[in-house]
Amino acid sequence: MDTIAIIDYGMSNLSSVVKATKYVAPNEKVIISSDSNEINNADKIIFPGQGAAKKCMESIYDKNLSKVIKKSSQEKPFLGICMGMQVLMDHSDENSGTECLSIIEGKVEKFKSNKNNKIKIPHMGWNKITKKKDHPIWHKIDEQSYFYFVHSYFIKPYEEDYILGETNHGKDFCSVIAKDNIIAIQGHPEKSSSAGLQFLKNFIGTK
Amino acid sequence: MSVTKRIIPCLDVDNGRVVKGVKFLDIVDAGDPVEVAKRYNDQGADEITFLDITASSSNRKTILKVVEDVASQVFIPLTVGGGISSIEDIRSLLNSGADKITINTAAINNPNLISDASDAVGSQCIVVAIDAKRKVSQSNEIYWEIYTHGGRNATGIDAIDWASNMESRGAGELLVTSMDKDGTKEGFDLELMKTINDKVNIPIIASGGVGTLEDLYDGINIGKADAVLAASIFHFGTYTVREVKEYLLSKGINMRITNE
Repeated sequence: MDTIAIIDYGMSNLSSVVKATKYVAPNEKVIISSDSNEINNADKIIFPGQGAAKKCMESIYDKNLSKVIKKSSQEKPFLGICMGMQVLMDHSDENSGTECLSIIEGKVEKFKSNKNNKIKIPHMGWNKITKKKDHPIWHKIDEQSYFYFVHSYFIKPYEEDYILGETNHGKDFCSVIAKDNIIAIQGHPEKSSSAGLQFLKNFIGTK
Repeated sequence: MSVTKRIIPCLDVDNGRVVKGVKFLDIVDAGDPVEVAKRYNDQGADEITFLDITASSSNRKTILKVVEDVASQVFIPLTVGGGISSIEDIRSLLNSGADKITINTAAINNPNLISDASDAVGSQCIVVAIDAKRKVSQSNEIYWEIYTHGGRNATGIDAIDWASNMESRGAGELLVTSMDKDGTKEGFDLELMKTINDKVNIPIIASGGVGTLEDLYDGINIGKADAVLAASIFHFGTYTVREVKEYLLSKGINMRITNE
């Protein structure tokens, strides 16, 4: 039995992530933790997040979690969701500029709406993820599957080779990324019905 | 392609059961919330909204249990509305598994609640419900006034200004209901929807008045709604969510169709 730690830093729809993880992994131990030792001892890490980048980084530092997040993202299967994806980058434009964890090289920018390309912000609702690369995380998930999104900022990784999936909102942006044992997704697999549950199941199945 | 238009069934919940009725008359039991939510999820619903119509505040805890049970089995966004008036109410619903909270009267009584709530839990959780009635001014111009208590109490607030105010305070979405059309099956107040859409840049959910599939199409195509919320056409079995989506897709509207 593996232990899956869901990192709690007070910034997310934690209960939805917990419920979906327990649903797809009834035989694993699912813990919610803000304790570095516990997170360190877990086999797999889920790093969710909602809200604003600055507050998010502040609470990571308040709870002394930056070290264990960096360490575990290098050592074991690690899944970032939504804001938990964005803060893995170097820098976000949100809140007049926020330095992030610099685990994946790249930055975070805001969607722009203009007369010729009018889009709603936040990007809220169901949208397709187009696969850019083969990866075990796509097991049993269609070439273009719908996931639920809700966000105003998106990531721009410097290394294009990391991009696993893209989504269009005004323009194409990176919605799924992988670097070594890290996988991160902008959409919410915990709220994306069967495609999302399959995505979580695939992550939990990774060694 | 881009983000799809959403179809949102709305369930009235009373004392932990789904109920249905016409204008609050002849309310009958319509089943267990988990079963009903599962059925709509299987039909391809994009979200589900629960409206807690339980009159007595002592029974407020039952809605938390309902949300908890549904969120453990149905993995699409869940929105909850009805009698929510504080950050504590919002937090306990989110902790139970709700993803978004709809706020109506409490925002009118205390607009700061919307700023405080979006600061505390994020704009993406906060949906402001706007119930509006069409009026004609002395200079013969059409405007819309906000009403509360199911259309009984006038507030003197202009609905379009209010929409803008709520956006600037951090509302993530607006749920717009025409009190003139609600329950009539004559279709949405398309002008109201479109006027609000021109004013704000956050998503708009159209509600109130759906009778036919064409009404839904018009709400999206003419009213420019990002999502449509409907109750009776689904509960009374007039259409399934899948039938609605297949129709809208055939008319060229971007829809998420699932193969479950």
